[in-house]
Amino acid sequence: MNGAADNAIRLRGLDREYGDRAALSGVDLDLPSGASLAVLGPNGSGKSTLLRILATLLRPSRGEVSVLGSSLPDEAWKLRGRIGFLGHEPLLYEDLTGRENLEFQARLYGLPREEASARIESDLDLLGMSRRAGYRVSDYSAGMKQRIAICRAVLHRPALLLLDEPDSNLDPEGREAARALIGHPKEIGWASGMTVTRVAVSHDPERAKAEADQVLELAIGVGA
Amino acid sequence: MSGRGLKQLSILTTLVMLAGLLLVFFWVPMDDVEGFRQKVFYIHVPLAIVALVGFMAGGVEGFRHLRTNDRRHDANSYVFIHMSVIFGVAVLITGMLWAKASWGHYWVWDEPTLVSFLIVFLLYCTYYPFRYAIEDRDRQARYASVFAITAGAFVPLNFMAVRMAESLIHPRVFATSEGGLPGSMMFTFLVMLVAVGLLWITLVKLELLGKQTSGQVSKLRRALEAEGFATSADPEGTVGRRIAPNLESR
Amino acid sequence: MTPSLQALGAIVAKDLRTELRTMRSLPAMILFAVTTFIIFRFGLDRTALSGSLASGVVWTTLLFAAVLGINRIFLPEREEGGFDAFRLAPVDRPVLFVAKATVLFLYLVVLEVIVVPVFAVFFLNDWSGLVPLIPVLLLTNLGFAALGTLISSMAVNSRARDLLVPLLLLPLVVPLMIAATGATSPLLDSGGPSFDKFGTWLLVLGLYDGVFCLVGYAVFDFLLED
Repeated sequence: MNGAADNAIRLRGLDREYGDRAALSGVDLDLPSGASLAVLGPNGSGKSTLLRILATLLRPSRGEVSVLGSSLPDEAWKLRGRIGFLGHEPLLYEDLTGRENLEFQARLYGLPREEASARIESDLDLLGMSRRAGYRVSDYSAGMKQRIAICRAVLHRPALLLLDEPDSNLDPEGREAARALIGHPKEIGWASGMTVTRVAVSHDPERAKAEADQVLELAIGVGA
Repeated sequence: MSGRGLKQLSILTTLVMLAGLLLVFFWVPMDDVEGFRQKVFYIHVPLAIVALVGFMAGGVEGFRHLRTNDRRHDANSYVFIHMSVIFGVAVLITGMLWAKASWGHYWVWDEPTLVSFLIVFLLYCTYYPFRYAIEDRDRQARYASVFAITAGAFVPLNFMAVRMAESLIHPRVFATSEGGLPGSMMFTFLVMLVAVGLLWITLVKLELLGKQTSGQVSKLRRALEAEGFATSADPEGTVGRRIAPNLESR
Repeated sequence: MTPSLQALGAIVAKDLRTELRTMRSLPAMILFAVTTFIIFRFGLDRTALSGSLASGVVWTTLLFAAVLGINRIFLPEREEGGFDAFRLAPVDRPVLFVAKATVLFLYLVVLEVIVVPVFAVFFLNDWSGLVPLIPVLLLTNLGFAALGTLISSMAVNSRARDLLVPLLLLPLVVPLMIAATGATSPLLDSGGPSFDKFGTWLLVLGLYDGVFCLVGYAVFDFLLED
């Protein structure tokens, strides 16, 4: 795993500002394909901003950004459909049921109907949501929303997982169950035959350092 | 865009404007029917034409901003539209004066050009609250460009629709600007058109220069603050600067 | 079915299903329109309308009812993260524009199917002008849908959403209103429908629709970025 071609993510001098305020400055990173990266740092250090830039949801202000071989922001369109993004917001429609949300997502990603529904059922089952997937999202607790959001993020079997505090709102049981869907690439059940790279923002340095292959620590306004 | 040439441009504008006004008041013959009040025509119509061209040029600059993502085009678009709105106020006032002098009413609904202009003017007035409502600078610039393009496409369509509405209901009696202008009137009109156009360009350049300067000033101030030399009483910038595009060079 | 068409269908179906379930926009639009007719009844102090007065009342009412729907068309995308989810998906951006314009168009059709007959019952002595009114309604809906989607997508990401939609939209639809009322008023004449300049006005409507469908389709990309 050496050489730039094997890097899932390569950052050089990444800056991002909001108006006059710098959220990220001079972030460098090389993350090999198939590895797991933990992003650590205090509130306001730009962890979520970094994740949104990698997800093509936010433009970098300057610097070199290469994700899965596509350079951002110019080649962002090449990454569509290859990223599994789990942010602070669950990105679920409140007036649809959990299952309808996932079915909508599957159609948006052009998944074949049978394959999609098989996948949806098995993922829901893994997270213990099968029975409750028929309720509207607005009736869910935060933890249930998070579980459906996890299913949503991996439904299309992305090559890159970008997770912003994936454990938030989950009970210990839920965390354990979620590992099969969004854990370390080696633990992920659906990833057989493909290389999955994982980037997760975490607030638990001990656990993150133990579980991740690589750690990126952000400080306020400055990159690692 | 720098301040160079601005002085020469200002002098040229003044000279042409002066020449135009002299022609209007002392050279061009009185209109047979309307008499002295017809002279409003020489200022009203050039103002309207320049304002409309300015609006559409704002749309073109908006388009270029979206294509290149270069902030200067957004600034151009903003200043073009801003200046044309100011000219628009003058168009409406001179138009109303002319209407009062000619027909005895300040407003006549069967003058399609004036009515169209009012609609266009109202649309562009919403440009300011629209910009103000969007906080993120990049998004503000991008959305403003979309507005400029949409409104630019709207201008000719609107004129067409309003004119059709009038001519379909009752054929127009007056031929205000097109056709049948005697040579001397045409010449005077063209001189005034050039003069007003130059005035617009001069004011636009002045405004852009001012923006650039205040952008540099705030950049310098921030640099000083960062070094600990000064504190700002107005860290976020004034309201005016928040609506207007920021022209700091990076 | 191409991926774009499938995504388009998915978004339209999602929106219609949500509307059927929550009844958030359409009932309000219909109720608003009917109440406005009653206000016109007393404001104008007329029990029967014809010609330009009838067409003015019906179009003013439809326009303001449409604004209610336009205000809300992007709300779930904004507040429940639909924009982000859409931007991550392998779908061309203009698909969202077309999908939302389609939904808006369908809302307007439903609104008119209910509200125009109510108008006829309330005010019209002669109903024979209603059938040729259909193409006018459809073409005007298309213009509302294209412009409304464009304006709504801009306004929803700003601080003054409810204020901006009517502020930006009303001047932009003046030509649409001129053409729609121009075509409608001869249809509702008291002496029975006449087709004075009918084709010309339809042409103007079509041209206007065409221009703003294209503008919306072309610039929508830039409204989705962050």
